[in-house]
Amino acid sequence: MPYLWYAGTPAIPRTWGTTALRGSGLEVEALVGDAVGVSTVTTSLTDVASSDTALRAFLHGLPGVDRVGADQRAAMLGTRSIKTTAKAQAIDLAISMVDLTTLEGADTAGKVRAMCAKAVRPGGDAPRVAAVCVYPDLVPVAVGALGGTGVKVASVATAFPSGRSSLDVKVGETTAAVAAGADEIDMVIDRGAFLSGRYMKVYDEIVAVKAACGAAHLKVILETGELATYDNVRRASWLAMLAGADFIKTSTGKVSPAATPPVTLIMLEAVRDFRDATGRQVGVKPAGGIRTAKDAIKNLVLVNETAGDDWLSPDWFRLGASSLLNDLLMQRQKLSTGRYAGPDYFTLD
Amino acid sequence: MSRLSVRKTYKLYIGGAFPRSESGRSYPVTSAKGDFLANASRASRKDARDAVVAARKAFPGWSGATPYNRGQILYRVAEMLEGRRGQFAEELGGGKRAAAERVDATVDRLVWYAGWSDKIAAVHGAANPVAGPYFNLSSPEPTGVVAVVAPADPLLGLVSVVAPVIVTGNTCVVVASEPSPLAAITLAEVLATSDLPGGVVNILTGSQAELAPWLAGHMDVNGLDLTGVDDADLALRCEQAAAENLKRVLRPAPQDWTADPGTGRMTRFLETKTVWHPIGI
Repeated sequence: MPYLWYAGTPAIPRTWGTTALRGSGLEVEALVGDAVGVSTVTTSLTDVASSDTALRAFLHGLPGVDRVGADQRAAMLGTRSIKTTAKAQAIDLAISMVDLTTLEGADTAGKVRAMCAKAVRPGGDAPRVAAVCVYPDLVPVAVGALGGTGVKVASVATAFPSGRSSLDVKVGETTAAVAAGADEIDMVIDRGAFLSGRYMKVYDEIVAVKAACGAAHLKVILETGELATYDNVRRASWLAMLAGADFIKTSTGKVSPAATPPVTLIMLEAVRDFRDATGRQVGVKPAGGIRTAKDAIKNLVLVNETAGDDWLSPDWFRLGASSLLNDLLMQRQKLSTGRYAGPDYFTLD
Repeated sequence: MSRLSVRKTYKLYIGGAFPRSESGRSYPVTSAKGDFLANASRASRKDARDAVVAARKAFPGWSGATPYNRGQILYRVAEMLEGRRGQFAEELGGGKRAAAERVDATVDRLVWYAGWSDKIAAVHGAANPVAGPYFNLSSPEPTGVVAVVAPADPLLGLVSVVAPVIVTGNTCVVVASEPSPLAAITLAEVLATSDLPGGVVNILTGSQAELAPWLAGHMDVNGLDLTGVDDADLALRCEQAAAENLKRVLRPAPQDWTADPGTGRMTRFLETKTVWHPIGI
C-alpha cells in the first residue's frame, strides 16, 4: 500500500473504529477562516459526503500522487514478458473482459446486431466477451440480439460524452436505458463541476443516476484525459466510489489521451484502498486507446500487481474497446497455428 | 594527428527508418576472398513481422498513387543511384570496370521498369466486348504486400526483383542476399532519399532459411517471390506455407540478370479486376 504513510503523521489524535480505516486518508482537515487547519476525524465514510466542505476536505486530504513514481511503476510493469501458455491464458481472459463498444454517430441497428453476433462468438473457440456497449437508443436492438446468451448490454447515458446537460435529462436517459433492458449504465461525471471544485454537485449527480439505475450496474466515467492531474484522478475515483459506483471507468474514448497505464494504476490503487477501508469492492474499466493484445496484457499485469487477483475477472475488470478484439483474436490464432495472422481473415468492426 | 574514419553500421530498413534488429544479433560479412568487411544485422522473425506491418501500412498510399507518379519516383531512384555509382562499384568489388558496368545495368533496369508504370495497364488491361448493354473493363491491380527473397547478385539481381514488384503498386519486404547484403543496405539509403514513401520497400538482412518460412506463412502477405532461394527443400516448404492463404508465388528459377527481363515479374503480382458499367440507362 504505497500511500498509507500519510497516516503516520502523529499530529492528529485518532479514534479509528477499525484498523481497516487506519491510514485510508480519512482524516478530514477542514479549512476555517484564514486557512487555519482544523483536523477532525470521521468514523464512517458516509459522513464525508455530509456537506460540500467535508467532501472537499476529504478529497483534498487524500495523499498526493507521486507522478514520476506512478509513471515509472506503470512503465516497469509494462515490461513483463508474458509468453506461451500464460499468454494464451491472458488472451482468453482479456477476450472475456472486453466491453465491445460502438459509440459513433453513424451507428445503425444492423451494425449493432453484427457486433452482438461477434460478441457471442468472437471466432474460433474463443470465449464470449463480457458486454456490448452502445448508445441508449440502440439498447433494444442489442437486448434483442443478445437475449439469453450471457453477454451483458451496457449503455452510455447522461449526455455522453460531454455530460453537459441538466440532471433531469441525465436521469431520464438512464431510466429509459434501464427500462429498455440495459444491464449496465456508463455515466460521465460533470468534469466542469469537478474541475471548478463543486464536488458535491458531481456527487449528487452520481447518487441520482445510481438511484435511477435500480438493479443495473453503474459505471462512472471519470474522463481522465480532461482531469489534468493524477491527484484529480485519485480524487475523482474516491468521489465516484463514495457516491456508489459499481465500476470506475477511465474515459469516454472521445478524448485523447485516454486509458494510459499510470491512470489505470492510480484507479486500481484507489479501488484496492477503498475495499480495505469499507469492505466494498469496486470494478475498474480502462477504455479508449487500448488497441493491441500487448496493451491488454499490460493492463492485466497492472491489475494483478496492484489490486490483486480478486479483480482478475470480468465481474471486476473490463476493457472498453472496439478494435482490440480483432487483435486479441489474431494473436490467439498466431498462438494456435504458429503463423502470423492477417486482418483479412477477421470481421471488420 | 590523423582523422578517425566514421564507419557505417549496416542496419535494417523498415518503414522508412533504419532500425537495428529487434534481436540485437549481427553476423560478419566477408568479401569474395574471405576478408572481413562489416557486421550486418541478422533480422529475426519479429523484424519480419514489423516489416510486414510497415508494408501493409504503406500499401493504400502507394497503390493509390497514380502510375505516372510511381514511375517518376522510380526514375528518381535511378537518378540517386546514378549519383552513387562510385560507392556501389566499390561495394560490389571485383574488377573496377566490370563493377561499374553492373551498376550501370542496374540504373538502366530501374529506368526500364519505371517506364512500365503507366503502360502495364494498357498492355494487360482490356475493354472486353460483351453481349449486353455494358462497358466491360479488365484492369490489372496490385496484389498487396509481396515478400521477396532476393537472389545472390547483390545489386542488379536485387533491383531486378524489387523494381517490378513496386512499380505496379505493390509494397514489399525483401530478404537481402545472405552472403552479400551490404549493397542492399546502401540501396536502402538511396530509396530513403528518393521520395519513395517509407514502408514501400523494407529490407531485411540475415538468414533466408530463418526468415523466408515466416514470411511465406504470414497471413497478411499476398505474394511470395522465391527467386533467391537455392535450397529446393526450403523453397518447397515456403510454397506449401504460402498455399495456406493462396499467395501468388514466383518459384525459383535460374536467371540471367543481364538479359531482357520481360513483363512476367510484374504480371505475376497483379490481379485482374473486371468491372461492368451499365450503359444506356
